[in-house]
Amino acid sequence: MASALAIRLKEQGQNVGLLDLDFTSPSSHVILGIEGLYPEEEYGIIPPMAHGLRYMSITFYSQDKPAPLRGADISDAIIELLAITRWGNLDYLIVDMPPGIGDATLDMIRLIERIRFLVVCTPSKVAYETVRKQIKLLHELNIPTIGIIENMVMKPTTYVSERAGEDNTTYLGSINYDPMLEDALGNVELLKKTEFYGSIRDLTEKIC
Amino acid sequence: MHEWALAEGVISTATRVAGEQGIQKITEINVGIGDLQQIEHDIFLFALEQLRTPNIKDAKFTLQAIKGKLNCRVCGEEWEFSNRDMDEETSEAIHFVPEMAHVYIKCPSCESPDFEVLEGRGVILASISGVKEDS
Ligand SMILES: [Zn+2]
Repeated sequence: MASALAIRLKEQGQNVGLLDLDFTSPSSHVILGIEGLYPEEEYGIIPPMAHGLRYMSITFYSQDKPAPLRGADISDAIIELLAITRWGNLDYLIVDMPPGIGDATLDMIRLIERIRFLVVCTPSKVAYETVRKQIKLLHELNIPTIGIIENMVMKPTTYVSERAGEDNTTYLGSINYDPMLEDALGNVELLKKTEFYGSIRDLTEKIC
Repeated sequence: MHEWALAEGVISTATRVAGEQGIQKITEINVGIGDLQQIEHDIFLFALEQLRTPNIKDAKFTLQAIKGKLNCRVCGEEWEFSNRDMDEETSEAIHFVPEMAHVYIKCPSCESPDFEVLEGRGVILASISGVKEDS
């Protein structure tokens, strides 16, 4: 979602940065097929350009190895990355977050002044339970939420849209499960031809 | 060099603390440099010198190296960080993000990556001294 959204905004001519903060399971480099890039060191570190995006991920440093970090370590690593990364002028910085209300979420709320959350949910009662707690927390802390988007929908359902209404959050629509997506991972040109990306295009119209 | 960004952090934190304490002129800034981050003291000092602001104009910078002390959460082993047998890539990863130690370093006794960095992670502003408005 985050990767596709960043690509779409770039396509519209915006200056976009993409930061992958899912340290446990970073995935954006796989989705976008990013290999052989490395940040440049100049009064800090400058994220390399990937598909027109300023791109930053812990995988530049952890490579493909597991990063078994505990809470305080995750926080310190996030702060370190934010402190040394020089994004330059951006219209949007899209942050790919790990699910839930863990360290990354709390740190972003604490450290990033103009943050807005786009909540992604799968059509499942179980998934929505996690999302509901996140939304509640964001509301309590007065952090703006753009809304909820339902992803990987396999059959029409109203469960998430109804709950979103009850929880005073904008339901932004649903994205169908796209069997072609898996084969397009790692290839941005193929990705742009998927039904999934078409839905991201519509979503971008709605929220940006 | 990314030491620059870290030096900027030290200067801005010192400035903020001085403001909170009513210190108008900073005379001394003491910085601890954790071994894990493997920072060249000369480069760091150079960056600090270049970043002097009016109220830090005459401040004396002191850098103190802090040994990296690691403690295994699984077996309790305590050991000291060393980059002696480290390849350049690993060393650089830990230099940029010290938490990457958990990716590349294992407990010498039980090989667990679940250890705590007790001391010497990275750059810390240890203390500042200065002159207050009234004194
Ligand atoms: Zn051990």
